[in-house]
Order: sequence, then structure tokens, then C-alpha cells
Amino acid sequence: MERIKYSELRSTPKLWSLLAILVGFVGAAALTVLYIEHHGHIVTGMNNQIVWGLPHVFAIFLIVAASGALNVSSIGSVFGKQAYKPTARLSSLLAMALLMGGLAVLVLDLGRVDRLIIAMVKYNFKSIFAWNILLYTGFLVIVAIYLYAQMARGVHSFALKAAGITAFLWRLALTTGTGSIFGWLVARQGYDAAIMAPMFIAMSFSFGLAMFMLVMIGTCTMTNRRYAVELRTRQARLLGLFVAVVLYFTAVQHLSNLYVAEHNGFERFILLEGGIYTWLFWLGQVFFGGIVPLTLLFHPKLDVKKGLVVLAALLVVLGGLVQLYVIIIAGQAYPLEIFPGYDVSSSFSDGVINQYSPSYLELILGLGGVALALAITIIGMKILRILPVNLSDDNVDITQV
Amino acid sequence: MTKEKGANIHRRDFLKSGAALASVTLASGVTLMAMGQGVAAGANPNVRWGLLIDANKCPSDCSACISACSNEHGWEDNGLPTDPQWIRKITLKDKNTGHENTLPLMCQHCEKPPCVDVCPTGASFKRADGIVLVDRHICIGCRYCMMACPFKARSFVHEKVKGQKTSSPRGKGTVEGCNMCVHKLDKGEGTTACVTACSATGNNAMIFGDLNDPSSDISLALTNYPSVELRDDLRLNLGVRYLNI
Repeated sequence: MERIKYSELRSTPKLWSLLAILVGFVGAAALTVLYIEHHGHIVTGMNNQIVWGLPHVFAIFLIVAASGALNVSSIGSVFGKQAYKPTARLSSLLAMALLMGGLAVLVLDLGRVDRLIIAMVKYNFKSIFAWNILLYTGFLVIVAIYLYAQMARGVHSFALKAAGITAFLWRLALTTGTGSIFGWLVARQGYDAAIMAPMFIAMSFSFGLAMFMLVMIGTCTMTNRRYAVELRTRQARLLGLFVAVVLYFTAVQHLSNLYVAEHNGFERFILLEGGIYTWLFWLGQVFFGGIVPLTLLFHPKLDVKKGLVVLAALLVVLGGLVQLYVIIIAGQAYPLEIFPGYDVSSSFSDGVINQYSPSYLELILGLGGVALALAITIIGMKILRILPVNLSDDNVDITQV
Repeated sequence: MTKEKGANIHRRDFLKSGAALASVTLASGVTLMAMGQGVAAGANPNVRWGLLIDANKCPSDCSACISACSNEHGWEDNGLPTDPQWIRKITLKDKNTGHENTLPLMCQHCEKPPCVDVCPTGASFKRADGIVLVDRHICIGCRYCMMACPFKARSFVHEKVKGQKTSSPRGKGTVEGCNMCVHKLDKGEGTTACVTACSATGNNAMIFGDLNDPSSDISLALTNYPSVELRDDLRLNLGVRYLNI
């Protein structure tokens, strides 16, 4: 068994082309922000009923995935699984990159982007949003230290473990905070549920590992590096477990709501009569985002069929975006129940399902965030020794997987 | 504990708030206030302003309160989902009996406002006299307050504002809502545009006053008649109460 060696990505036309495409997406998103900033949110699909739109779906997906992308690092240094350590550096880098991409989308969708500095100097400590600002910036600092500890020579294993445990606990707090943005919205029928926090943690495990596997497989394929089949298969099976846990939380969330009469209307909307949202829930989130990848990830030939892992991870990512679309958009589309027991109507869409058609501008902004995260990851791998060069099956201690 | 601004003003604070009051000087004698610290300083902590609305006295074809608010504050509803509505008429139909009535709905000026709790910068705040406001100088336009409000009482300004009133500043990219005509109250007028308009129609469906003053018209009416607050399950202790719904 050889010692694992790491190296920077080599300059190849393929690498630079990919980076150029990603920078193109980021540039398009930047122009979109200027356009929205100039004209106001009137040019987006958002309105006074659907106040958070597609940019929030992308932003929250990336933020949730960021904390989950750190899993591989945590499994290596917190839970002592040596075999995961060669992929831990990418896990940490990707976690930071995804968070930066998500935060970029979140802040660039503000009504007053120019006042971002105010969000950094004026805090209302009762606001979960304000906590999250601290949790997100803290995450970047802690994971940066963790990555340094993973890469530097002569770092004591105790220090590495301490950094790993801190990062792991911090990421749990971070995702709890993100889930609580919705869970603590007592006014809305679709939210106001404590289960949001643990469900978001489960979602982060799933989406983050799926993003990690896609980046790992993609980069190894592009640069002709090895990704030990046994390790890849074990990580894929772990992804399958996470997908199952997300399905479990989704089931509990809806079953709990069904038991409470006041939430029956909302459940009827999501599960049966919500039109596009019902289709997205059953077909997008549950079937293609849950059951299909679950089946693929426990396929007996998973080890010899890399394509199955890629397909499953892609479906998990797309299913995750759909799940957040259902949570965020459908949660707002369902009318507020200000007058229980009454049929309500007004000039301000009271008592009706609120309409929302996302604009291309919002899509470009969201995709810009994904591109930014991937570009940061590639640049990180280009200038730092992140990826192993000899991660073959012979060099992975399978007893430690 | 809900954050309150404006109580226990000292001399130095008063002078500072005076400077903040003159937020933007447009021209000699014309000032745009941003509903910030300056406006907060005008609050009397012994007062809690409130409204009582009698749904039985509110005819379905009357929208005097809405027009008055729109004129007073310079917002305009042209029927687009992006247009602001600081106050709106709601038609209620009892699902069991079919009985219909209408009422105006606006910011309920909660004692424990969820919008204030969730606002990351403190732009959403409650004055010492119970009025819930948005400080337009530090609102970053995140819209979390709109997600949190149980009454959909806030609007986001989606485009450049036209016809802005100096007494009621508005701005693209920030959130706004009923401010209980705080500029009128601070001038000692003791009422709001919507209540004045309602009285002028002769309907007298709205009573405005100090909830803390047992001899005020609103307190006497609340003592004599059974009123309700919306979403009382949330225990927000609203400044706006309703009769006959």
C-alpha cells in the first residue's frame, strides 16, 4: 500500500474551457443582478405574495449542500474512518465553495444589495437570519482552519480531530439555523414545524454528498485520476442511506400535518390538489429525487457501473432543488389563514392560491451561484494540493471504510 | 423581549435623534424622514395607539379608508401583484351560514411583532407607543418580515417610486406597511388618515385612540363591546381589534 500523494490539477485546455464556461455563467449572473438592481424586482417573477422565489431555492440548496459536503471530512477525522481521509480535502474545499455560491445568490437577491454592509454591522440578535450571518461566516473560517490542518505537515492528530469536531458541530448548528428560517415561521401553514431543522440536516447530508460525488467523479474522469471503486461504492451506498432518511423525514412531516386538522388544507394542497406543486412533490421530489436514486444506489452492480452512481447523484441534486422549490414556493403559494372558518377574498390575493412564474433572470442568478461554487472548487484544486493522485483500490484500507 | 425604541430619552439622545430626524434634506424646509431613530424618539411610552374596527358598520362598496391611505402615503394599487397595499378590504363569507361582511385589514401593530423578531438588521421595530415601523435607512430588502407577518400586512417596493410624500418616505427595494400615520400623531393630530376618511363618510366604522387611557373612546368601546383580535392563537396582543366578525 502506497502513501497517498496529492497534487494540484494540471493546466489543460479542458480545464480552462470548463472554467471559462463557469465564469461565463457567473458573469451573466452579475449582469442580471445589475439589471434587477436598476429596474427593481418588478422584472423578476416575484411579487408581494411570493416574496422569495427561485434565487432562494438555489441559495438555500447550495447552503444546505455546503454543510453536507463536509460529511466526508467529518467521517474521516471525527468518526475515524481512515479510508475517507484522502477525499477529505476536497470535501472541505467544496463545503466552503458551495457556501460562498449560496451566500452570493442570497445577498444578490436583496432589495438593497448596496446595503449589505448594514447586515454586517447591525444585528438583531433575536433574528434567526442574523444568527445565520454569524453561522455562515463562522463556518467559512472554521472549515478554512480545518482544511489547513488537513493539508499542513506536522499538525498533531489531536488538533486535526479538534478542528474536525468543531466543524462538525458548527455545521449541525448551521443547518439547524437554515431549517429554522422556515420552521419558526409560525404564521404560515406550510412552515411552523420543528421537524424542519432535523429534516434540513438530513437534506444536507444527502445533497452535500451527492454534490461531492459528482465533483469527485467529474474531476477524476477529466484529469484521469483514480477514485478507488470500493471507496466510491461505499460512499454511494452512504448516499443511498441519506436519501432514505430524507424520505423518512418527508413522510413524518406530512403525516404529522395530516393528523392536525388545521393543517389538512395545506396537505391537501401539496399532496392532491396543488397542480404543479403536487406533481413536483410526487414526481420530482419523491419519485425521481428519492425512490429512483435509492433503487440505483443499492443496485448490486453499483461497483462496476460508475454511470449509475452519477445518475443517482444527479437525481438527488435535481430532486433536492425540487424539494426546496416545493418547500419555499408552495409554502408561500398556499394562502395565509387569517380568518379560519371563512371564505376570504380581497384585492391582495387573500384566500386564493398565489401565482408565481419564475423569470429567466432568477434562473440565471441561481445558476450563477452554482457556477461560482464550482469555479471556486476548480480554482482551489488548481492552486492547492487537494486531490489525491494515487487513490486506487490498492491504496485504500478497505477495513477502515 | 421585543425591542423598543424611544423610551427614556436623555438630552444628548434627544439632540442626536433630532439630527437623525432630518434624515435627508431635499431642499430648504423639505425633509424626508426615514422612519428611523428620529421618528422613534417621538414616541410616548405611556401611550399605546390602537384601532377598533366595527365590521357591521363597514359597507362592502366603501373604500374611503384605502383611498385616504393611498393619498396620504403616496402608494398606488393598479391591480398588479407587485403593487403595494398598505390597507385592503377583505370580504368574509361564513362557510357554514353564508353570512357576508367586509372589513379593512392593515398592519395590526402587534405587541410582540414577528416581523420585528425576524428582521436581521433591526429595521423592523416597534416604537414605545406600540407603532410598528420600518426604518427605510437600514432595511436591506430581505423580505423575511413579509414571510413572518401573519396578516400579509407588508409590501415590497418592486419598482422606482413616484409621487413620494415627504412625510411618508418610500424606496425601491425596501419593505413598507401601515405606519398608523405616525407623522400625524407626532404632530399631535391624534388620528389617522383612514379613520378621518371613515368618519367623513358617516359610517364611523373605525375608532382610533390610546389603548392605555381608560377614558379614551377606544378603551370605552372595548370595555362595552366584545371585540376580537385576528389570529389570537398566536398571542401577539394586537393593537387593532375588530367588532362583529
